[in-house]
Amino acid sequence: MYVAVKGGEKAIRAAHELLARRRRGSEEQPELAVAQIEEQLSLAVDRVMTEGSVYDPELAALAIKQAAGDLVEAIFLLRAYRTTLNRFYSSEPIDTDAMQVERRISATYKDLPGGQVLGSTFDYTHRLLDFALLAEGEAAESNTDEVAERVEESMARVSQLLEQEGLMVHETDTESEPADITRDPPTYPSDRSARMQALVRGDEGFLLALGYSTQRGYGRNHPFAGEIRIGEVDVSIVPEELGFEVEIGSIQVSECEMVNGFTRLEDGEVKFTRGYGLGFGQCERKVMSMALVDRALQAAEYDEEIKSPAQQEEFVLSHCDNVEAAGFVSHLKLPHYVDFQSELELIRRIRKADAASQEEEQS
Amino acid sequence: MSTQPLLQVREITKLYAANKGCADVSFDLYPGEVLGIVGESGSGKSTLLSCLSARLAPDSGSIHYHNRAGESLDLYSLSESRQRQLQRTEWGIVHQHARDGLRMGVSGGANIGERLMATGERHYGNLRGTAEQWMSDVELDIDRIDDKPTTYSGGMQQRLQIARNLVTHPRLVFMDEPTGGLDVSVQARLLDLLRRLVTELNLAVVIVTHDLAVARLLAQRLIVMRRGEVVETGLTDQVLDDPQHAYTQLLVSSVLTP
Amino acid sequence: MSSSPIRAGYNFAYLDEQTKRMIRRALLKAVAIPGYQVPFGGREMPMPYGWGTGGMQVTAAVIGHDDCLKVIDQGADDTTNAVSIRAFFRDLTGVETTEQTEEATLIQTRHRIPEKPLREDQILIYQVPIPEPLRFIEPSEVETRKMHALEDYGVMHIKLYEDIAQFGHIATAYGYPVQVNGRFVMDPSPIPKFDNPKMDNSPALQLFGAGREKRIYAVPPYTDVRSLDFEDHPFEVQRWEASCAICGSEESFLDEVVMDDQGHHEFICSDTDYCRTRLAQQEESA
Repeated sequence: MYVAVKGGEKAIRAAHELLARRRRGSEEQPELAVAQIEEQLSLAVDRVMTEGSVYDPELAALAIKQAAGDLVEAIFLLRAYRTTLNRFYSSEPIDTDAMQVERRISATYKDLPGGQVLGSTFDYTHRLLDFALLAEGEAAESNTDEVAERVEESMARVSQLLEQEGLMVHETDTESEPADITRDPPTYPSDRSARMQALVRGDEGFLLALGYSTQRGYGRNHPFAGEIRIGEVDVSIVPEELGFEVEIGSIQVSECEMVNGFTRLEDGEVKFTRGYGLGFGQCERKVMSMALVDRALQAAEYDEEIKSPAQQEEFVLSHCDNVEAAGFVSHLKLPHYVDFQSELELIRRIRKADAASQEEEQS
Repeated sequence: MSTQPLLQVREITKLYAANKGCADVSFDLYPGEVLGIVGESGSGKSTLLSCLSARLAPDSGSIHYHNRAGESLDLYSLSESRQRQLQRTEWGIVHQHARDGLRMGVSGGANIGERLMATGERHYGNLRGTAEQWMSDVELDIDRIDDKPTTYSGGMQQRLQIARNLVTHPRLVFMDEPTGGLDVSVQARLLDLLRRLVTELNLAVVIVTHDLAVARLLAQRLIVMRRGEVVETGLTDQVLDDPQHAYTQLLVSSVLTP
Repeated sequence: MSSSPIRAGYNFAYLDEQTKRMIRRALLKAVAIPGYQVPFGGREMPMPYGWGTGGMQVTAAVIGHDDCLKVIDQGADDTTNAVSIRAFFRDLTGVETTEQTEEATLIQTRHRIPEKPLREDQILIYQVPIPEPLRFIEPSEVETRKMHALEDYGVMHIKLYEDIAQFGHIATAYGYPVQVNGRFVMDPSPIPKFDNPKMDNSPALQLFGAGREKRIYAVPPYTDVRSLDFEDHPFEVQRWEASCAICGSEESFLDEVVMDDQGHHEFICSDTDYCRTRLAQQEESA
């Protein structure tokens, strides 16, 4: 007689213990400190904060440690934590014009007020594995004198320069209440604020692929990197009780403004169009991809034919969240034996009927 | 024979830019009547057809349709639900490209049966029987009933489209270049079919075409359009044999005669 | 019913009261329009999307100190995910839990309806992966919303027609679409079609939660639920040739268990509580 298998609870407990041991790894190595991750894996931290929608480098670093380096898992941890947080205020919009710029480049002009500031970037490194890093030890002596001084000139924004000449469409503040996708379900067609929120939290890999596809002709929009800025901006709130602005701290953000192909607008004028990207910390690839996809999703506004995936709002916004995507893909690991049993029963029945009718035909 | 017009069109205007679209179009259409709208591409005839079939709201003007129950319906004051109901039961729309008017991913039989299923038919055997009947009426091989339209030829796809529309016995059918893009001999046979069906079923038809031969064969009356405007109207033979407007004359004279 | 203390630092049932109220408002709308998908502001939960977050949010919104919670997956109380969810609620509510359908006031389920008929004082909460029954033929949300509003359900019967034309049978074995209260077509979640008749005129309230897709819907007690079919191809439930190897039932949904690699299979009840109860009754009378 068949005896049913039991013991699910015990199995789960054992699995968790094994996980904890795996995460710790060999005891011969010192345990990773959260602070080490925060400092030395800062780009991972930045990604987790951006897609986790929480600006807290320490928590993001903790999530990365807990997730043993699986960033999508870490993002999930941060998002789940976010659900439990109280919402006290909405901040004032950050002003990236007033950013303390660490890095600022533009591909559209050779030189411009404020100059091209390379900042810290992998861009011109030669991708050769540096085996010196393999050996632990002090970092090479750096010539700190050569590190650029803060540029005093004002950093005029490329988009502003183009707007002033009447060459670029304006981003207008409609002064309406922005959507809150963390509170309300999505609706289509989406308003731009909801779209942008979804893109900020969206999976970098997915947006990268979509942005790439536009460059390869799937909804080409002739992009130029008008401006990429990275640096600290102040965050402030206006408490009702006080009635005036209070600075509560600063955050590091990356911002990208793409200048896209020009078009004739409804009012008859010919102007460049634009795309925008924003993220926490240093996440250049993300904000560039985001700006490309933002522009692609504006296709309807410019009466462009919507043919490619990057231009299809419902497709992009329904699938860009890696917490949703990872959850649903991985849910296939859950038992599905009842539904499968239903399929088995059906397919057997159909095959039996087919066989019977074939026999009939032959006889 | 009822003397109530089926469709009353008054000053329909839908312009995308100056001369792009249609302006100030008015006419009446009677039951069983075939009206042709002819003109070059860009003349606005497709725009006009979309307005008439409740698929594109005009900038101004009105369209009244007299339904089976005898009510006069102002098309653009109807709810979307009622518009869709009209399109599904009393009207038919035959597109130039079969993929716009068929479900390419389901079988021929399902395509024909869809409207019946949508209006409550729940007997598989009856649906299949009706589909077979219509397939033979439009001269399609009923062995193809379970094949998808992607496996049909262009002419067959158009026949399927026609069957799909006629299954609910519509009173009014809109056709946009129904024979466009088809082989000449295929066109001829399709036109014969259309002519037969129109007569047998007493269909009223509004047919848009740039092909004057098609217009002459099917339409009793013509509207000639140029750059969004109606330049001439009248009985088909009169307009084609004795065109009054300079443009119509040009159009008629430019048709290659064998 | 007594309850134990909950994990420190968390609100009862994990979600804050505002969120629970928002979900309950959505539930009320859902009950008022049987079978209609109500959008709701779903939250990230400590479980991944696709693993029951929708069902959990519904449960969290309706659970109270006096409730008794049963959680099943594939009909069994001890499948890993059911264990995990039950532990979560025990941890975050302290509410009594049970494996007996009889005793439960709330039952959260994935992919099955319990064999034992439910009562008026019970609520069945389904975990739903894809709430939209038209999604298979229409990927656009904008379009499917319109189709529901206009009762434009021709495509559902097209699918059934095609199945019969190709296979001779309607080829949907689970998640079989139903029409609720004569109006909305609904996806009952991936329950086997075997379970569809249990939804019709049930004394219990049935609530459906889709966390990732952010939709809630409901079937009020004693509501008409009809599985779509054709007059000449009427809806049928599954049947097995075998009976349960443990309790002998010929009435319940059976799971197939592979015994060896020679093709030997056994069949056992999917509903573990039902099976155990039957076995106990048999042993008593023996």
